[in-house]
Amino acid sequence: MATSAVTAARGEPSGPRPRTGRNVELVLVLAAVAIAVFGYIEVGLNIDGTVPKDAAEYGAALGVLALLAHGVIRWKARYADPLPLPIAVLLNGIGLVVIYRLDRTTPHSSAAPTQLLWSTLGVGLCIAVILLLRDHRLLQRYAYSGALVALVLLVVPIFFPAVYGSRIWITVGPFSIQPGEFAKILLVIFFAAYLAAHRDALALTGRRIWPSRNQNWTLPPGRVLGPVLLVWAAFIGVLVVETDLGMSLLYFGIFVVMLYVATARISWIAIGLVLAAAGVVVVGWLSPHVHSRVDQWLHPLASVAAGQGANQIAQSLFAFAWGGLLGAGLGLGHSALIGFAAKSDFIFATIGEELGLVGLVAVLLLYLLLISRGFRIGIALRDPFGRLLAIGLAAAVGLQVFVVAGGVLALIPLTGATLPFIAQGGSSVVTNWIIVALLVRMSDLARRPAPPGSARAQSEPPEVAR
Amino acid sequence: MARRSRGRGDGPQGLPGISITGRRAGLFCLVLILLLAAQATRIQVFQAKGYDHNPANQRLTIERYSQPRGNILVGDTPITGSAPTGGRFNYKRTYTAGQQYAAVTGYSSQIYGNTQLEGTEDGILSGTDSRLDGWAVWNAIARKQNPGGDVYTTINAAAQQAAMQGLGNQKGAVAAIEPSTGRILALASTPSYDPGTFAGTSSADQSAWTKLQADSDQPMLNRALRQTYPPGSTFKVVTAAAALANGVVTDINAPTSTPYPYVLPGTTTTLVNDTSSCDQPNIDLDTAMTLSCNSVMGNLGVQTGLDKMTAMAENFGFNDPKLDIPVRAARSNFDTQMNQSQVALSSIGQFDTAATPLVMAMVAAGVANNGTVMYPQLVDKLAKSDGDTVQLMKPRTYKQAMSPAVAGQVQQLMTDVVQNGTGRNARIPGATVGGKTGTAQHGVDNSGTPYAWFISWAKPAGSSDVPPVAVAVVIADSNATDVTGGQLAAPIAKSVMQAVLGSTG
Repeated sequence: MATSAVTAARGEPSGPRPRTGRNVELVLVLAAVAIAVFGYIEVGLNIDGTVPKDAAEYGAALGVLALLAHGVIRWKARYADPLPLPIAVLLNGIGLVVIYRLDRTTPHSSAAPTQLLWSTLGVGLCIAVILLLRDHRLLQRYAYSGALVALVLLVVPIFFPAVYGSRIWITVGPFSIQPGEFAKILLVIFFAAYLAAHRDALALTGRRIWPSRNQNWTLPPGRVLGPVLLVWAAFIGVLVVETDLGMSLLYFGIFVVMLYVATARISWIAIGLVLAAAGVVVVGWLSPHVHSRVDQWLHPLASVAAGQGANQIAQSLFAFAWGGLLGAGLGLGHSALIGFAAKSDFIFATIGEELGLVGLVAVLLLYLLLISRGFRIGIALRDPFGRLLAIGLAAAVGLQVFVVAGGVLALIPLTGATLPFIAQGGSSVVTNWIIVALLVRMSDLARRPAPPGSARAQSEPPEVAR
Repeated sequence: MARRSRGRGDGPQGLPGISITGRRAGLFCLVLILLLAAQATRIQVFQAKGYDHNPANQRLTIERYSQPRGNILVGDTPITGSAPTGGRFNYKRTYTAGQQYAAVTGYSSQIYGNTQLEGTEDGILSGTDSRLDGWAVWNAIARKQNPGGDVYTTINAAAQQAAMQGLGNQKGAVAAIEPSTGRILALASTPSYDPGTFAGTSSADQSAWTKLQADSDQPMLNRALRQTYPPGSTFKVVTAAAALANGVVTDINAPTSTPYPYVLPGTTTTLVNDTSSCDQPNIDLDTAMTLSCNSVMGNLGVQTGLDKMTAMAENFGFNDPKLDIPVRAARSNFDTQMNQSQVALSSIGQFDTAATPLVMAMVAAGVANNGTVMYPQLVDKLAKSDGDTVQLMKPRTYKQAMSPAVAGQVQQLMTDVVQNGTGRNARIPGATVGGKTGTAQHGVDNSGTPYAWFISWAKPAGSSDVPPVAVAVVIADSNATDVTGGQLAAPIAKSVMQAVLGSTG
């Protein structure tokens, strides 16, 4: 693939050398590392009054990882979008800084070194994917076996003990992984392949349920609707058995978004919303865990009024409020009051408290930029599978950010999931680095200039022959 | 929409293609992120204040104790301090002489809050008062907490020491005032307590608090400020001032038309005297004060009348529910609705009349200051941690109680009490002392141990200046066999006045 790109570049003696964006990427990556190191130093200055002893090592570790990834992209995916890597480096760096900062108030459990280890593994896998996966269309072939693996991954945690009320971890000794995170990618690949293959059937057949000529309001036939309902039932099953509201909401959201993008039928969204609402109501009725979370969302200060002190949501809101516009400063907040999940599910509250609304919006903008690049890559690609895959991955990141941040901001009920790249959690970091690798790989294809003489060599036939 | 899109989109059968639906989905994600930003703005900007001040939110408390608290000073010496705790609340309050100054400082406890000066001046001490800001805008941006400021009291260390030593292990209180300014020189209450014992959050702090709360001697009650007692005969100073100011008596040595025995108006009850020397008609005011004759003073009160008696009492701080020094004193009472016999009893400090030691000190101070009652003040100066003055005490007139001429007559009466009468125990060599004793009956059928009172002022002999000190002493429930103001309270007043005279001279 890379060689052909090089040939393509060489084969254009007349035109200007196409812009690859690699130097922009290099500058941005270095800037991202610098910002993270600066944050690390600020934590040390604010808490101890001195620069942390290992600031240079920390910076070097992050820098080497980022530059390695950059080098591999330069080598093997030179036309790739220059933004995803620096954004991922920056978000991961911010995460490490904030986790390190929270470690300082919980001397008995330090999570930053482990997180750095997982980040290294994530970057390693990112590099491996870019090196080994020459063309994303290869994945289409393994979509169904991947889905099977995903289901196994989802089911396995049932046999492991519940942690904080949810059976979503596989624990082996001191290590624990959350297989649902990895399953996310496999499922998006499967959805993309399935929908690329069946989008016409899903879009065109069906009977009209609205007395109008509007195609968008037809109910698809059972043959096509069946698998969709099956997927829905599977997720509700996972939700009930593992009580992982966040993950099931996320999967379902990704599925509905991809279904809509593939078929352009609003009815899918309507059906999705109805099914989701029904699922949530049923589960909320069956599971006290979910029920209490809805209660806490509606009345975050009820426990205070009842004289039982602040619950986690109230503590989270206190943290955000304390940050105000400009934040207390890294290391100067009190988000440790949130309790056990401060480094994972609630890490967004620490960002809000110590970096303020300004820092929080900056982080949201980083996510927005990453997501929009994902959508752009999808739109720019020509093959339906690739398009759906890129859009699905971008939507997965977007929905996950919304579900997590919305939960801790009390915008929606708290569901418990990890903030991509930032929150403590190895599975999450690794998964998101693989998503970045896939986006980089696909963007390389989408942005590669066509070889002279061939009309869009890599493009598929038009979506529908007219 | 379908009609419009049909044949135009590149999706199935002319439906919008992925280029369009993908864009819409992207827009949806954008909306989600915007919703997050909007919610964050709502919480961090518009609702922040409410959350910050929620009682379950520990942040304000943590911030408050993240730095040493400013100090309360007597003279230039801090009587408080701060000690690192090593806990979540970094610093806790310490007191250099907690027992001695508890009635002045109050307490600052991480669990039980702040009282008295620690409470009223909390903004300065904790650094939250906006007057401590260097540049408010910069402080808001940098979120820099101001270091705690200092509160300089008006207390005279020697007078406070004398008061506490004099009270000893009796139950009682002392309030001393500088008459010309209203500065409070001593404020003592016994039994006392050490506010440092429950300043922190440990279980030792909590049990110290519980023990103090359960103590039947009420060591945490500030008797000088927050407790009222029937003032007994010390109130005769107010009655005398009212009678003189309103022309009921013009010459203190002229006989008053008081019959003996004096029957309370509208009753058949005789107002009895403690000493037989009073048991004769037409005693003059000077003799009546010197011997503390109830019959004469009761009669003069009735002659003066309820309204004028009330007005004079209120000139000294009676019936003022908001007497803040800046710590609020309890309301001293002189009834405004009474029949004549009740007026007679009230005029000798009985019936429903009740006063804090502070207000009785104001009575002595008002007389000493030629009739001008000054607002009593406990705070001399508020300063930033670097010493810059935030606020300086300015003497304020509370009421003009009487003319200087009348005040001079009352001063003469009080001087005679100490020279020749019941207040001899307060005599100080080389000083002019004026005073009035009081022994107030109370309880059912006056069965309680009487309250021993003494109010007085003193100045160097021959000085024409305003006396530098006025003092009120009350001893409640003493174990002494001879409970009279002259026996128990006068010596304490004397030592307090000596302390002030010694330190000023």
